[in-house]
Amino acid sequence: MKYWNPEIETMSRDALTALQSERLQKALRHAYENCKPYRAKMESAGLQPGDIKSVEELWKLPMTVKNDLRDTYPYGMFAVPMKDVVRIHASSGTTGKQTVVGYTAGDIAIWGECMARCLIMAGANSEDILHVSYGYGLFTGGLGGHIGGETIGAATIPASTGNTKRQLQMFTDFGSTVLLCTPSYAMHLGDAVHEAGIRDQIKLRVGVFGAEPWTEEMRDEIENRLGIRAHDIYGLSEVMGPGVSCDCEQRNGLHVMEDHFLVEIIDPATGKPVPDGTPGELVFTCVTKEALPLIRYNTRDICTIDRSPCACGRNLTRMGKITGRTDDMLIIRGVNVFPSQVESVLLGIAGVAPYYRLVVDRVNNLDTLEIQVEMTEGLFSDEERRIESLVRRIEKEVLSALGISAKVTMVSHGTIERFEGKAKRVLDRR
Amino acid sequence: MVIEQISVFVENKQGALSEILAILAEGQVDLRAISIADTSDFGILRMIVPDSNNALALFKAKGVTASKTEVTGCKLPDEPGALYRVLKTLCDAGISVEYIYAFITRRDEDAYVIVRVEDNAKAQDVLRAAGHVIIGPEDVKSL
Repeated sequence: MKYWNPEIETMSRDALTALQSERLQKALRHAYENCKPYRAKMESAGLQPGDIKSVEELWKLPMTVKNDLRDTYPYGMFAVPMKDVVRIHASSGTTGKQTVVGYTAGDIAIWGECMARCLIMAGANSEDILHVSYGYGLFTGGLGGHIGGETIGAATIPASTGNTKRQLQMFTDFGSTVLLCTPSYAMHLGDAVHEAGIRDQIKLRVGVFGAEPWTEEMRDEIENRLGIRAHDIYGLSEVMGPGVSCDCEQRNGLHVMEDHFLVEIIDPATGKPVPDGTPGELVFTCVTKEALPLIRYNTRDICTIDRSPCACGRNLTRMGKITGRTDDMLIIRGVNVFPSQVESVLLGIAGVAPYYRLVVDRVNNLDTLEIQVEMTEGLFSDEERRIESLVRRIEKEVLSALGISAKVTMVSHGTIERFEGKAKRVLDRR
Repeated sequence: MVIEQISVFVENKQGALSEILAILAEGQVDLRAISIADTSDFGILRMIVPDSNNALALFKAKGVTASKTEVTGCKLPDEPGALYRVLKTLCDAGISVEYIYAFITRRDEDAYVIVRVEDNAKAQDVLRAAGHVIIGPEDVKSL
């Protein structure tokens, strides 16, 4: 099978644009009528849903940002009654408050459809044994990968993350052929397979990796280590989760599921769309979502788009690799981390936030997070056990706030570089 | 009668300790006693100096995190078993010792021990009752 949904995936640009415009009008009406924050945004821009007739007029609509979702925590942006919501997911927010997303049964079905297209695009099929090593839980990776596997009829293994030894045992005993996880975890599993000397006992042939940025060098490395063909998948919980876009056999950009998600690239300075091929902020509009409408959501990810037809036969717009972000969000082990979350933990413990720095690195192919905290008179003690218990307390509260573990190191006052009085909060060595 | 100890945070990196000692050298501070507590991640340099306020000011001026802690100083004969008797006295009285370090001087035959306890007054009462000699800030200056 080459396409999961050939009608949509190979549809002409004109037909696709017409479909998008029709769905956009419906989506705007739904958001305007059922979601107060959108109605307010549109009214303050002097717009009625009927004013936007086609995707060409998308730029006239106000933007949505992560803070809009945070400010209406948890369900303020939902546009359906809770009785119609069948699933909740959440991701980290800037101040420790999570960004909560909801799905109706229809939304979940579309998620399955989009994920199915991605998996088929990557070369998976119903004969496959599909091993999902994304975390299962509030994070969309696990259940997103899972529904895709089941939709295409693959034997789906909800392996989740961790316990590498058991993952390897499933590779050999269950005969996993398709692996879904973060690229850094794929590297780690590749190493573990090599160390265990079981490369000839595993049947993996395809990998679909996402939830964090990775390079072509990493792709080569993963392919060599696991003997697979690796594909890049993109998604974010606000839009849906994994399956918003994926790269095909050409691996020349990720095809966006444009019948559901309209994609724009805007100039971060002006907020206006830029010509195709020019890097800018990636903005999505969901045209079929019921529970959580999303109009011009600024992901803050920086990338380019290409609307030209692809040699794979698809006409779906391709987005390039994410090359950076315009905010300070970090993605560590697939988890969104904002330095301000660490700041609020330190503030809670010390009363005043000492200077601190997040040092992100990749050791043995796994992301590591070290939090360096400058020693202050208020935190210092002449007894080592008090300092040690302070370090443990920070580590525990960081784990609870961020959802990932970090090593806390106390450093001398003045160690962390200051720029115009402000400390540089992040050192990313990856 | 308590002695003021200066404690300094020492980051676990090459040169951290020598930077701190350089401040003391520059300030012409005469160290009476010194002790380092180290863990795998950081260290604490503890010292007894003739003028603790001066040392503390020197560190603060250089932005080094330092604090002053009241500790108990005890003079004891420089002979086997002397330190044991001090600790046994405290232990029998149910007093926990956070840390301890000892030093000798060239001026007399005795040894000195610095003891960090929660309640200095109580520890000193117990030690005195057992016949131990407690030293104070003036003694530190003249050592």
